[in-house]
Amino acid sequence: MRLVLPASEIGRRHRRKVGGKALALSRLLKIGITIPDTLCVTGDAYRAYVSQTGLRERISLELHRKEFSRMRWEEIWDCATRIRSLFLRIPIPSAIEADLKGSIDACFGGKAVAVRSSALDEDGTAASFAGLHESFVNIRGIESILKHVCLVWASLWSDAALLYRQEIGLSVEKSAMAVIVQEVVAGDRSGVAFTRNPVAPSHGVIESVHGMNQGLVDGIVEPDRWVVDRRTREIISHTPVLRQYWLVPGEDGVHKAPLPLDISQRPPLNPQEVRTVFDTAMQAEEFFDAPQDVEWTFRGHDIHLLQSRPITTLKSEDGEDKRGWYLSLHRTFENLKVLRERIEMKFIPAMVHEADRLSKLDLNKLSDQDLAEEIKRRWEINHKWVTVYWEEFIPFAHGIRLFGQFYNDAVQPDDPYEFIDLLSDTQMVSVKRNRMLEELADIIRNDPGLAENLRGDGHIDETSVFNRKVERFIREYGDLSCSVTGGTQCLQAKEPLVNVLLEMAAHPPVSTPRRSLKRTDKLKTAFLSRFGEGEREQAAEKLDLARASYQLRDDDNIYLGRIESQLLAAIQTARRRLSGLKQEKRTTGVSQILADVLAELDPAGSSKTAEEESTGSPRSIKPRQLVGQPAGPGIARGRARVIREHSDLADFQHGDVMVCDAVDPNMTFVVPLAAAVVERRGGMLIHGAIIAREYGLPCVTGIPDATTLVQTGEEVTVDGYLGIVTVGSGEI
Amino acid sequence: MAKANDIRQEITNLCSSQKLAVLCTQRNNQPYASLVAFVISNDLKYLYLITPKTTRKFTNLAANPQVSVMINSSENQESDFHRAMAVTIIGSATEISGRKRPGIIKTYVEKHPYLEDFAKSPTCALVQIKVKSYFLVKNFQNVMELHLHE
Repeated sequence: MRLVLPASEIGRRHRRKVGGKALALSRLLKIGITIPDTLCVTGDAYRAYVSQTGLRERISLELHRKEFSRMRWEEIWDCATRIRSLFLRIPIPSAIEADLKGSIDACFGGKAVAVRSSALDEDGTAASFAGLHESFVNIRGIESILKHVCLVWASLWSDAALLYRQEIGLSVEKSAMAVIVQEVVAGDRSGVAFTRNPVAPSHGVIESVHGMNQGLVDGIVEPDRWVVDRRTREIISHTPVLRQYWLVPGEDGVHKAPLPLDISQRPPLNPQEVRTVFDTAMQAEEFFDAPQDVEWTFRGHDIHLLQSRPITTLKSEDGEDKRGWYLSLHRTFENLKVLRERIEMKFIPAMVHEADRLSKLDLNKLSDQDLAEEIKRRWEINHKWVTVYWEEFIPFAHGIRLFGQFYNDAVQPDDPYEFIDLLSDTQMVSVKRNRMLEELADIIRNDPGLAENLRGDGHIDETSVFNRKVERFIREYGDLSCSVTGGTQCLQAKEPLVNVLLEMAAHPPVSTPRRSLKRTDKLKTAFLSRFGEGEREQAAEKLDLARASYQLRDDDNIYLGRIESQLLAAIQTARRRLSGLKQEKRTTGVSQILADVLAELDPAGSSKTAEEESTGSPRSIKPRQLVGQPAGPGIARGRARVIREHSDLADFQHGDVMVCDAVDPNMTFVVPLAAAVVERRGGMLIHGAIIAREYGLPCVTGIPDATTLVQTGEEVTVDGYLGIVTVGSGEI
Repeated sequence: MAKANDIRQEITNLCSSQKLAVLCTQRNNQPYASLVAFVISNDLKYLYLITPKTTRKFTNLAANPQVSVMINSSENQESDFHRAMAVTIIGSATEISGRKRPGIIKTYVEKHPYLEDFAKSPTCALVQIKVKSYFLVKNFQNVMELHLHE
């Protein structure tokens, strides 16, 4: 069993050990095309590693936590993250390690290498789909090379690969990954060539950048583009770009840097070189007898082929297929920086301004006609911001995940979600709101007379500090009635808020939900110490960006909630008018306008999911232990309070376990009262998990049918370490 | 005595080749069987298993520490009747915490590396079963006994 094969020794018989990419390189070498020095770590090395360490079974356990078809993409990402963390943490057994080190060190010594995936093509499916697996450039030193070999192995289980598991025939038992280790040719111009344009079959396409290729492949640097006639090999068109950056080798990996002015003024290739690139790519096409997607680089006048693979695309015919959208969330840090500026400087101030402007309008003074117009206008406004939310805020929130991966690679912590503790040193709006609630509850706690009044006729002295604070709270966050009633009865009154406050005041104060700053500082210092002088500033910048992303993950819903509540307030006003008219048995043309607008928008309808509508299970079958994802450490027992509608929040009592379909930040004001949180929707970074972590509550997410399997009032134990919810006392 | 050593060896081989055992606990006169991952000490005196503290088996163990454990090599084949071996263990259970815990957990994780996170969860108990006797069954009906901890 050979764990490493040099490209020159690879033959067709090795296909199942080295994968299509490595085999293609060895064959190019044999027909005289220049490729960099290349070794292949064979699939046997992967297999030996995962079976000797028990990792194969751990991957299986991870993937069988629940039925795969019921996993949301966030859960799939979580799966991939945990698996990646296992590959980073579980050492390669010493015999395998010695074998790999010997061969790789002898070939490359201290030279920089690229570490690339070469997926094995077990059953003839197109395992060469681009973008599913990882590649790393400019890795130096045997320890770092081995770490990156592990990361490429892990990428066999990347979220993208898991999403396309059926198409690529992914299986824990059978699948394996070979890894190409290749000398880095620090080319001065690089690019890709498609020998046939999928949309114009008589053309080929060449894209090129100054510097190294990774900038183009990762979409960080925009390339010049040439279209070439396949038959005559003449250039049909050249599309130049504003050339601003290039990728240059750094201490470990590559970095974006401004392109010197003189270089930026000329295209990376002259027409003769375009021809050379295309001729070489066509040589590969003729040899492999299929259109090729080729990566190449020029060092001086010499062209090197870095890889060549058949052109494949992962386009789905199915319009419902959201996988492409999900994968588009994978942004670079550069891309997220631009997005952050847009969100912080433009969108959020505009949302705050919009909500304020809407709240100043006295709806009661509008005529029926104007109110109908106002509802339509508010619906449009709300719709506009919901679109911004999906297109801008969600991709930005994905920055948390990007940072998580960056942190785990650098620190290799036991807990792959340790990075959240580093991010939570921020002031989330919902936590600020809850702290204000706690202050109000404290006033009631210390003033028995006030508590008695509130429980009685609800009278509040208008000049009191308490009243001023309540009014300030309502101004900033609303009166909670919209959240409590699901928007059907936004009261614009103090009653729901006062009920929550009385429940809070009846119990000891909740400890301040801040992790100790010391721990955050310690984590930050440990994280930054992993980087050399030159890289530290960039790491700090990534942390800062991730913190902004984490904070927005929660805040965006609150901002959106404020706008939505203005729409709901207008709808509520219309409803009141209509029911008033009905009681007086009057209908008018104008009231019909209001009725029509309400019918058209139907804001209260279609909020239930199929799962919620399913009928309760017969009680001869009872759940006992439900397994989900551990999303917040700790263990707690309490009465289940199942939240099927927002109005269920009104009955929430201190010590209840919140069981819900999906926590949204406009519901989280009851979290300080809860003993634990259980959520049907899965993921480590969903709102329920984030807010539970802020308050140090045990949290389990991703339990299918949680809100129908568990009944309000049942005793449940939530084990946030193992992700298990135990129902009932266990008496037989 | 060669015979006794042979039986010890057979029990050791069976217990190290198998990953899962059936644990029988009881409470209020109601027996209850559970599938558990286990490891056995080299001297055969102790069997260790790990369980979340929220489970029925753990509640039962706290109420009544007397247990029986079954380990067997059957593969759901006809040939099991002549080839499979089974050992029934009786003994008493205690929870292990404190200084002894990490060392035993390490041995447990060496046998079951895929259960590392489970084994290290603070909500799980490490249970030690002090073995009183082994009852080794082979060749369909042949039963031999090994008594420890008299």
